[in-house]
Amino acid sequence: MPVLTVREALQQALHEAMADERTFIIGEDIGHYGSTYGVTAGFLEKYGPERIRDAPIAEAGIVGLAIGAAMAGMRPIAEIMSVNFSLLAFDMIINHAAKIYSMFGGKFSVPLVMRTTNGWTQLSATHSQSFDSMFAHIPGLKVVAPATPADMKGMFRAAMADPDPVIFIEHTLMYGIKGEVPEGDYIVPIGKSVLAREGRHITVVTYSRMVHLSLQAADILAKEGIEVEIVDLRTLRPLDMSVALESFKKTNRAVVVTEDWQSYGTSAEIATRLYEHGFDYLDAPIQRVNFREVPMPYAKNLEQQVVVTTDRIVAAIKKVLNRS
Amino acid sequence: MQKRRGATQAEVAAASSLRSTMTSTPFSRARDHLGDAQLVELYRQMMLIRRFEEKCQEMYTRAKIGGFLHLYVGEEATGVGAISNLQPQDHIFTHYRDHGHAIARGLNIDELMAELFGKDTGTSHGMGGSMHFADITKNFWGGYAIVGSHLLLAAGVALACQMQKTNGVVMVFFGDGATNGGEFYESLNFAQLWKLPVVFVCENNLYAMGTPIEVHSSVKEIYRKASAFDMKAMRIDGNDLLTVREQVGEAVEYARSGQGPVLVEAMTYRFRGHSAQDTQKYRSKEDVEQHRSQDPVLIFRKELIDAGVSSAADIDALDAVIDEQVEASVRFADESAVPGNEWLTDSGIYAAPLATATVDPDLV
Ligand SMILES: Cc1ncc(C[n+]2csc(CCOP(=O)(O)OP(=O)(O)O)c2C)c(N)n1
Ligand SMILES: [Mg+2]
Repeated sequence: MPVLTVREALQQALHEAMADERTFIIGEDIGHYGSTYGVTAGFLEKYGPERIRDAPIAEAGIVGLAIGAAMAGMRPIAEIMSVNFSLLAFDMIINHAAKIYSMFGGKFSVPLVMRTTNGWTQLSATHSQSFDSMFAHIPGLKVVAPATPADMKGMFRAAMADPDPVIFIEHTLMYGIKGEVPEGDYIVPIGKSVLAREGRHITVVTYSRMVHLSLQAADILAKEGIEVEIVDLRTLRPLDMSVALESFKKTNRAVVVTEDWQSYGTSAEIATRLYEHGFDYLDAPIQRVNFREVPMPYAKNLEQQVVVTTDRIVAAIKKVLNRS
Repeated sequence: MQKRRGATQAEVAAASSLRSTMTSTPFSRARDHLGDAQLVELYRQMMLIRRFEEKCQEMYTRAKIGGFLHLYVGEEATGVGAISNLQPQDHIFTHYRDHGHAIARGLNIDELMAELFGKDTGTSHGMGGSMHFADITKNFWGGYAIVGSHLLLAAGVALACQMQKTNGVVMVFFGDGATNGGEFYESLNFAQLWKLPVVFVCENNLYAMGTPIEVHSSVKEIYRKASAFDMKAMRIDGNDLLTVREQVGEAVEYARSGQGPVLVEAMTYRFRGHSAQDTQKYRSKEDVEQHRSQDPVLIFRKELIDAGVSSAADIDALDAVIDEQVEASVRFADESAVPGNEWLTDSGIYAAPLATATVDPDLV
């Protein structure tokens, strides 16, 4: 099986999507500039400006036009350069994309895929956020945040085939991550979680880039004889907790790792579901590892203390295991 | 309270000074072009809207209709005149004040009344209510209740029309108040930049809820806002049915020919409150009465009779048919079943079945 980076897997998925005549990409700096993170590099040359539409800096417009086009039979991909800028399109996403199907009695839907990125690299407060829980909070949206190159390809394919609006969350620090990617038609369904690593002592429930950090933490702990099981949720809405609960019933302990703020964040929902459905199996309180609850600082020494690190995951796992 | 009507009419007169030099009138030209039967049909649409909405008000008072109810009474000439230019392949988006546009596009009033009653037979199975009439079979994409938002969706459908080469035009209705938000400016820029076939119809009724235009907009002539985008624009008398039809018709053909979008500012006036709850402290009774004396529906009715297009007796008979249709719509809505609880499950929220339920089955 070929080994690709996340970026290359996404490129493959986007080229596949462009095979459908109805598909076009609309976003900022996707064409002439050559793409902020290199994902659509070369697309303008290949598909032309009709289908690779460099848009004005108008996030509501980008998403709004894509919604309209989707309603009228196109299969657009709207790219919001950074999730931080999606705030300017929240009315379009929440009041429109998410509502149109049910509000109009199921008579038409919005087959829109909106790609966007989480991430941080000394970009300070307005450029380092995650709004995963805000999207995942909304009935009517589907929200996916794959972790591996294979899932990027397979879930993008599923997103494009879906008649509902899908928020496709990438991570700027993940584009270079490598992994095996099946060739040809490869679909990973939306709403199915998966085991990323088997273990028997504790369950880590996580998704997106945190899967990779959790795997590193598990490697460290393996040397101490601690076997960590890792669940990659892959989809935040609909949230498939079946794999996590199965694991939890076996390990009786869990740590939830998400790269967003803790209060009202994705980890709050995940931990609550573990408590609700796994209470009888619980041997210790669940720990959560998240962003510290501050606007992201610029200074590197401070930023490092806000973000989730392998060390913090290791510490949280040990804390749960040390309680009996 | 200040009287507020003279200024706008003077400006309308100026804007159409070109026409006054011709001997024919919008009425005579439309009669030549459409024939008498079509003129009566346009009257029928206006009167159907009027009577339907008067019935809505009554049903609202009797608590058969809930939520917000924004009536179009007084503005009928704008919607009917503008929409009369559209072909089946064309599209409509509108705001929450959507009853008039829906009826002018030919949506079934039984289904509309049922929607208002929250019934399963409603246009949106009772999921949308007054502000969200839609009928995809007529490319009527709906009323939207977030002010200004739907302009972007309209531009998106226009982009689809352009890319699919359907030759379709999108007409989008909104108020004067909607022209201050960012979505208005974003949609104008996109539409002009990409020469999208959109006709933006601003129904300038002088108020955004209770805030007069002098208080809410730096520029009082809304059509001038298009100049920032090098966009074609016009201000028209929105209360004269055939003027609206003729001038919006030019805008539609311009957009259809691929030359780009047009912003039409139709000067009009709503006779009723912003919604059914409005106490209308912001305008005087005399002001409203003055406008009511210029009722566009009654003026057109009189024009038809005076010009001999139709006899008073025939129009009376038509009015009676309309009344009976409206009564029938109430009976239909009353007798219809309420929507089922499947609308509270994932199948009511998502078009595709989900691999995992989002609704917790243990929810109490
Ligand atoms: C974004 C948004 N802000 C505020 C409101 C509340 N609101 C509904 S209608 C309205 C006035 C709109 O006036 P205008 O655009 O002139 O349309 P009209 O009602 O006069 O037809 C307001 C403030 C809303 N629905 N959406
Ligand atoms: Mg208004």
